[in-house]
Amino acid sequence: MLTLTCPYCGVHADETELAPGGEAHLKRFGPGSEDEAFEDYLFKRENPKGMHFERWRHAYGCGKWFLAARCTTTLEVFGTYPAQTTEPPQEIKDKISGKRPGWTWRLFS
Amino acid sequence: MPQPVGGFALKKRYSVFAIAREAARHHLGWERAWASPAPKAKYDAIIVGAGGHGLATAYYLGKNHGIRNVAILEKGWLGGGNTGRNTTIIRSNYLQDPSAAIYEKSRSLYEGLSQDLNYNVMFSPRGVMMLAQTQHEIRGYQRTAYANKLQGVDTEFISPQRVKELCPIMDIDGPRYPVLGALWQPRGGTARHDAVAWGYARACSDMGMDIIQQCEVTAIHQSQGKVTGVSTTKGEISCAKLGVVVAGHSSVLAGMAGFRLPIESLALQALVSEPIKPCMDVVVMANTVHGYMSQSDKGEMVIGGGTDGFNNYTQRGSFHHIEETVRALVETFPMISRLKMLRQWGGIVDMTGDRSPIISKTPVGNIFVNCGWGTGGFKAIPGSGWAMAELMAKGEPGPLAAEFTMDRFRAGKFIDESVAAGVAH
Repeated sequence: MLTLTCPYCGVHADETELAPGGEAHLKRFGPGSEDEAFEDYLFKRENPKGMHFERWRHAYGCGKWFLAARCTTTLEVFGTYPAQTTEPPQEIKDKISGKRPGWTWRLFS
Repeated sequence: MPQPVGGFALKKRYSVFAIAREAARHHLGWERAWASPAPKAKYDAIIVGAGGHGLATAYYLGKNHGIRNVAILEKGWLGGGNTGRNTTIIRSNYLQDPSAAIYEKSRSLYEGLSQDLNYNVMFSPRGVMMLAQTQHEIRGYQRTAYANKLQGVDTEFISPQRVKELCPIMDIDGPRYPVLGALWQPRGGTARHDAVAWGYARACSDMGMDIIQQCEVTAIHQSQGKVTGVSTTKGEISCAKLGVVVAGHSSVLAGMAGFRLPIESLALQALVSEPIKPCMDVVVMANTVHGYMSQSDKGEMVIGGGTDGFNNYTQRGSFHHIEETVRALVETFPMISRLKMLRQWGGIVDMTGDRSPIISKTPVGNIFVNCGWGTGGFKAIPGSGWAMAELMAKGEPGPLAAEFTMDRFRAGKFIDESVAAGVAH
């Protein structure tokens, strides 16, 4: 079972305590944007076979949203971090680089 | 079971006379059902993915359009993906017109598929009922029943008493969600999932097509905006047209070709119980509590539920989803509470935003995609192959595929079955 550590309350929460929330670090496009950008934002979500960054909510705990770095081929979790960030913390990126050299995800690497 | 080992053998029709003949000579005369040749240097068309949809595409390319210089590449084994991992339900009771058209085409092709392929796919039109367990569902399914009448799909909304008659093992007075009625499609049912893949494979091989297993595509080559070929683990292969029919890995292949698809890949699980005596001769789907069940010809109760909630390529799901599914079904079918579950497995399903498939041209010339069937692809195999073959042969979609373009999300022309069904379907 998938276990994530909530970065706010520190609980090692298993999956039944959490609600998945899809892709992390979304840049939102709305009225006035190009159709293509709006379509990308709404429908063309990242679907990598490998490293992925996602939103989770500690639904049956503190209730807060946080972000996680997870591999979709091994389900290995490389870390969790608060949602008030625009990119993953360097220590998580370094940890991923240690095991997945050359990884990229959108503009991050 | 026929094993796919190299070398052609004489093609023999399966028939009652063939069985009698072989019975008289210790069954020594059965030939391989399909050949496993090495790839040629060039094909008119390559299909990536030898699951049901890929093989059906190849079959109808040959049968309907006369394109037979075709290779079907499969990174694993034939029918080893979602074709071998589903709960085999066949129905066409969809709300939206484009969906009803392609799923009904598919269901009607299933009716004659055993004869068409000369391979027993064990299509069993035993009837499918979708339970209405809330007032909202009653209204939704009545609306679907009316829509189906206009579309020429044979369904009706039935009373709880009729549900009980059709499926006596059901508790229609359940404490949480009593059964308030059901959408009943008497012509729906099940088929043998492996046989569908094997039957198409045998028919493709007979037409001279090459089914190449354990051959993973590693790169897609293009020149001046058109596809020229693929790199595989068995070498370089050129092609004039490329069909990508790989379900859960659609995004990976699209990435190789340099475009993105509105797809996310999730794990969907299913399980079967120990075999028991016949107790249920219809397929029951309960979308509010989210579980569905039928009984296989071996006597196993075949059970499915919803997808996991996060992206996943592992073909393994989370245990608590199975627990939720089984909990819901035990309430609806109290007699299964002591059954032991024999096997459980997962497949990777390709989900689109409107829960409808994509059968489409792509930004790269002569590359076509058939994906996004999500949690309900098995029922669509013949119709999907039919529509995809037409698209690949003519370069433009026919009436069945016309609405299922990958650009519909930008245009806002959804074929919104997620709202219609209330759940993934």
